[in-house]
Amino acid sequence: MKRIDRSKKVRTGFHQAKWDEPIIFELSTPGERGVSVPKANAAVAAAVGDGISDLPDHLKRKKRVNLPEISQNRVLRHYMRLSQMTLGADVNIEIGQGTCTMKYSPKVNEQLARLVADMHPLQDEDTVQGMLQMYYEMDLYMREISGLDKFTFQPGGGSQAIFLMASMVRGYFESIGEAEQRTEVITTLYSHPSDAAAPAVTGYDIVYVQPDPDTGLPDLEAFKAVCSEKTAAFMVANPEDTGLFNGHIKELVDYAHSVGALCCYDQANGNAVLGVARAKEAGFDMCHFNLHKTFSSPHGCSGPACGAAGVVEKLIPFLPVPSVEFDGKKYRLDCDAADEEYGVSKVRAFMGVAPVVLRAYCWIRMLGPNGLWQVTKTAVLNNNYLFKRMMSIPGISAYYEDGNNQRVEQCRYTMEQVTKDTGITSGDVQRRMMDFGMHFWTSHHPYYLPEPITLEPTESPSKKDIDEYVDTVAHIIQECYQTPDIVKTAPHRSTIHQVDERWMDDPDGWAITWKIYNRKYQ
Amino acid sequence: MKKGFPNHPYIPNSVPEIEREMLDFIGLESLDDLHKNVPDALLFKGEMDIPEAFGSEYELRRHVEELFSGDGDCKKYLNFLGAGCWQHYVPAICDEINSRGEFLTAYGGEAYNELGRFQSQFEYQSMVAELVGMDVVNVPAIDWPQAAATTCAMAHRKTGRPQIVLPAILDPEKRAIIENFGRATIEFVTVDCTEDGQIDIEDLKKKVGPQTAGVYFENPNYLGVIETRGAEISRIAHEAGAESLVGVDPITLGVLATPPEYGADIVCGELQPLGIHMNYGGGLAGFMATRDEEAYVNEYPSRLFGIAPTVEPGEYGFGDVAYDRTSFGDLREGGKEYVGTQAALWGLTAGVYLATMGPVGMEEVGQTCMQNARYAVKKLNEIKGVRANSAGGLFFKEFLVDFTATGKTVSEVNDLLLSEGIFGGKDVSAEFPHLGQQALYCVTEIHTQRDIDRLANVLARILA
Amino acid sequence: MIQIGLIVNPVAGLGGSVGLKGTDGMVEEALRRGAEPLSNERATTALRGLLSLKDEAVICTGSGDLGETCARSLGFETQVLHETSGSTGAEDTRALAQKLALRGVDLILFAGGDGTAADVYEAIGEKHPVLGIPTGVKIYSPVYATTPAAAGELARLYLTGFRSELEQAEVLDIDEEQYRLGRVDVRLRGYLSVPQKNRLIQGRKAPSLLSEQAAADAIAAMVIRDMEPDVCYLIGAGTTTYRITERLGLAGTLIGVDLICNKQLIEADVYGSRILELAAGRPLKLVLTVTGGQGFLLGRGNQQLTPDVLKAVGKDNIIVIATQLKLASLGGRPLLLDTGSEETDRELSGYYKVIAGHNRYIAAKAE
Repeated sequence: MKRIDRSKKVRTGFHQAKWDEPIIFELSTPGERGVSVPKANAAVAAAVGDGISDLPDHLKRKKRVNLPEISQNRVLRHYMRLSQMTLGADVNIEIGQGTCTMKYSPKVNEQLARLVADMHPLQDEDTVQGMLQMYYEMDLYMREISGLDKFTFQPGGGSQAIFLMASMVRGYFESIGEAEQRTEVITTLYSHPSDAAAPAVTGYDIVYVQPDPDTGLPDLEAFKAVCSEKTAAFMVANPEDTGLFNGHIKELVDYAHSVGALCCYDQANGNAVLGVARAKEAGFDMCHFNLHKTFSSPHGCSGPACGAAGVVEKLIPFLPVPSVEFDGKKYRLDCDAADEEYGVSKVRAFMGVAPVVLRAYCWIRMLGPNGLWQVTKTAVLNNNYLFKRMMSIPGISAYYEDGNNQRVEQCRYTMEQVTKDTGITSGDVQRRMMDFGMHFWTSHHPYYLPEPITLEPTESPSKKDIDEYVDTVAHIIQECYQTPDIVKTAPHRSTIHQVDERWMDDPDGWAITWKIYNRKYQ
Repeated sequence: MKKGFPNHPYIPNSVPEIEREMLDFIGLESLDDLHKNVPDALLFKGEMDIPEAFGSEYELRRHVEELFSGDGDCKKYLNFLGAGCWQHYVPAICDEINSRGEFLTAYGGEAYNELGRFQSQFEYQSMVAELVGMDVVNVPAIDWPQAAATTCAMAHRKTGRPQIVLPAILDPEKRAIIENFGRATIEFVTVDCTEDGQIDIEDLKKKVGPQTAGVYFENPNYLGVIETRGAEISRIAHEAGAESLVGVDPITLGVLATPPEYGADIVCGELQPLGIHMNYGGGLAGFMATRDEEAYVNEYPSRLFGIAPTVEPGEYGFGDVAYDRTSFGDLREGGKEYVGTQAALWGLTAGVYLATMGPVGMEEVGQTCMQNARYAVKKLNEIKGVRANSAGGLFFKEFLVDFTATGKTVSEVNDLLLSEGIFGGKDVSAEFPHLGQQALYCVTEIHTQRDIDRLANVLARILA
Repeated sequence: MIQIGLIVNPVAGLGGSVGLKGTDGMVEEALRRGAEPLSNERATTALRGLLSLKDEAVICTGSGDLGETCARSLGFETQVLHETSGSTGAEDTRALAQKLALRGVDLILFAGGDGTAADVYEAIGEKHPVLGIPTGVKIYSPVYATTPAAAGELARLYLTGFRSELEQAEVLDIDEEQYRLGRVDVRLRGYLSVPQKNRLIQGRKAPSLLSEQAAADAIAAMVIRDMEPDVCYLIGAGTTTYRITERLGLAGTLIGVDLICNKQLIEADVYGSRILELAAGRPLKLVLTVTGGQGFLLGRGNQQLTPDVLKAVGKDNIIVIATQLKLASLGGRPLLLDTGSEETDRELSGYYKVIAGHNRYIAAKAE
């Protein structure tokens, strides 16, 4: 027997599970049951009847609901197969989803999160002292991490946290009588699209500052040209999607303050600076973190999540309620903490998403201050190692590279040269990466950089993992030149082949549910 | 020089030798050099006052378990709280599927490498569509209040009109969320409710007009009352050119009429009762549903997954429908609201629940809730001074209990119940002072006859 | 039967290989320097992308080097609609284009450079779907695909229904004399309808941008919303600005400057002093968009907006509009001003809040 040959660097044998699994309705067999349901016992039924037949006809459901009838093990098998056809972070080397911060979500946190599964949000405070203590301590930790003065965990996601910040900005200016005058929010084109979209919902006009074509950072001169007494807030991420840390951020913040505007820090990319740089030193009045990114709560297919938002002291009255207070002996929910007239009062029901907050709490407790600093340092180390290896692939480069500026948490590369030479786009490469069990993300729209690639390793992969990822990219770039067809027509070893998207924008052709599909396509 | 944390289990490259190798490869001296572009003034030079890391996973576990060991939950206590988050039975299969690592840790891959995510969302969309009687359902929103807020915004954008009518009986938290969300563009008008808790039709006629974009009402409403005149409300809205917007608890729809049957144009609601644990209020997920008409589809701010063929004959896949959405009318928005991470895992769970329950299960659970709730009302009404279902109308699983005549406040009653191991219904006396000392009780399929008898007996004893 | 039109300009691209920029009027010189005509080769490369349709397609083209040679060499069924005499030129291009349009072919492919695109435009305007196969030196008009292979691929997608949207792409005219002297003098000649090149790939976490059309509509709505009474608005050239006159239901021009007041059309396609005459003392504002791939706000090619007119308007009364996608294609580089008057250029340079959507502005520098 020979030793196993592990010399291949690239997973050419990979094939994703491909079950050709029918739509769940197609598994239905009349009469099958998935679970037995509790029934009212005989005495109850005798006392009150069957509960339904004496309802007025127009209030009763007319036709039995058209749900599939499937026995329990078949439902299970169906979803297990679907899970096998889902490339979660647990399964692959998660470097390819740049800006999503796909780090390891420790399993012990999953188990501990179950402790709160059956708690009702309106339980008497005496029965949730542990829960309230956890929220209270999380507030203290986030204050330390950011340097700001108080946090709320109510928003159910990063975008909602940004919306909350914009709402608080509005409340603040209303309270000092400047709301009419301040109609604009400034943001940058490399910040997250929600940094524009959420303030827009709040009623603000959005003014974007473009990146300087050489440095990739928001241009200070342009900023000054558009920042005025009409500006309510400056909403920005740092580092932005390019991965470059803007060392001039304080100048922008100071200028905004000089015209009376507030500054909000979108720290969804916070993984880059834990223990290294804080919102406070840069002068920000508000900031938010995504607990489901930097703080390890799993992404859940896109939620549930938590956007923790923090403010400086003068803005505390605008935070939503309830907040958690401690009198030395007991923890209390304070619903009166908010400014009655101008405070935001609520963005999400109850106390936000407790299990996500708990997972973040557990994660922080397993790292401590030294661990958090290590997380950031290793994440940035990984990113720079990745960067150097990626840049040595012929055809790959990165804009704004001056040989001295570093990418912190992530980087936006470009394969423009490869596209010029071969006609193959980053979208094609994305699909070919799937043949090796990997993700590969391009960019938000619009593309400021042609044929973009945005990668973010975080602190979770090992050096070997990063090597495998880069070797795979290099392998595919080589294919672009040598065997381009296989890249253009990818994926080949995934769950399905290329989707024909013709009908996605055609109202007569689209099918958002099985019901519509059956109606339109016989 | 800050201390790091070598060899941490969550950080593979914190192994000092590997760290050194990588630094050398890059050409840097130390970890400090990794942030050399951060100016000195922005560097945080202090120490974060956060507890040192636990020495082991075991210690973390003990700490957290001890932290929560004194806390109560709805297993340890007999629970009658509802009001936006309710206790229903979660079939084991729901937790099994939503804790699968693949689903739990997936995020934004494509329809190829995350086909399972797309398909399971499409299936959830499809099953909820059947349940509520509509054609199109979105990937879940953060919670019902957000779904309701977006529903109002959709009606506003579609009609181009500035006003939304909200019912007087509405969860104050939900109202606050809806109003904050729509502040910039919508004027909210309140329609009164009658003695029995339903919408006051005469007042509605006065409040609806050419400025009305939509009339929002809930069925059952916040206080558990079933709205019997939905068709009339929709008619009034439609005659004024407004949309009929209905918020529902989907677990009622195995037995109760679906909103489109009484004229709803947009349906929204809460998915939590469908196989999702309460999670201290974290288990919420909202949905919106409409007919398959371009004018509606184009107003959704969320992603909508559609089924599509692939280039391989006979194979199908999924994609995003109408991703480039324009607004109709003169409000040319630059994009609909904002979109981000919301509550997709709960949508997956709701799908698993509905597939597992099937049509018969949904009928049975609805029926059991109604029977148990009626039984509870009957038993509580046997207690002197207590008026259960004080509104007097039809209800599904929630109803008001009036304690005014007992001489005790709801707060006092709930304290006493607590010492007996029972969570009494939500105290709504501050929210609706004109109602007096009333509490909102919730009784579902998880309550046995013994549970309900116990509540009645304890209350009888407390109030004697 | 799919009917594909093909026009090959055999001398396009001649100049580049021998160090000449552009070929107009330089054919003899180029041939003298030993240039090899490449258009046929490039056109053939493009047609290769359509081989999968060979059995159901017919190529309608001109005789010999106008396209027949190329089509037959790959075995396509070919129909010659136009005979050429020998040394081909712009007349052949225009004549063939007209015949193809009359025939109603599904798509007209033309191989050439900016000049060829201008000829096609002259002949058939923007009503007919066309697509350019690049063969010239540097091509400015975005009516061309990036490579001959890309042209073939895009044509195939369009003809098989996989990509059915069309967009209006600029036909740009470069003054080659000026170009050889090192100056880029871009003139907007018109628009051609081409299959949408950049199908926006779906982002995952945030909604995609609106299509160019929808974005332009949103911008136009904003401009109209903010129009003040008794103020004259000059609407400059471009599809984005044209949306404004379209929305108001006025008969404006795509590449000319139109004058509007109180949402009525005063006059279309106005020039210089005529503008000042018509404005007659009322305040004057100018709505401009960015045309050409370089990002010109005002180029030498613009003759209608004379320095006098620009002076009368003044920087503060210039409203700049452009879609996010358009600005993104400039990668953050400044907008260009080259009016011919250095003084005017200086006065108009500085920052503008470009209207990029509904309540959306982008700060852009013009210099």
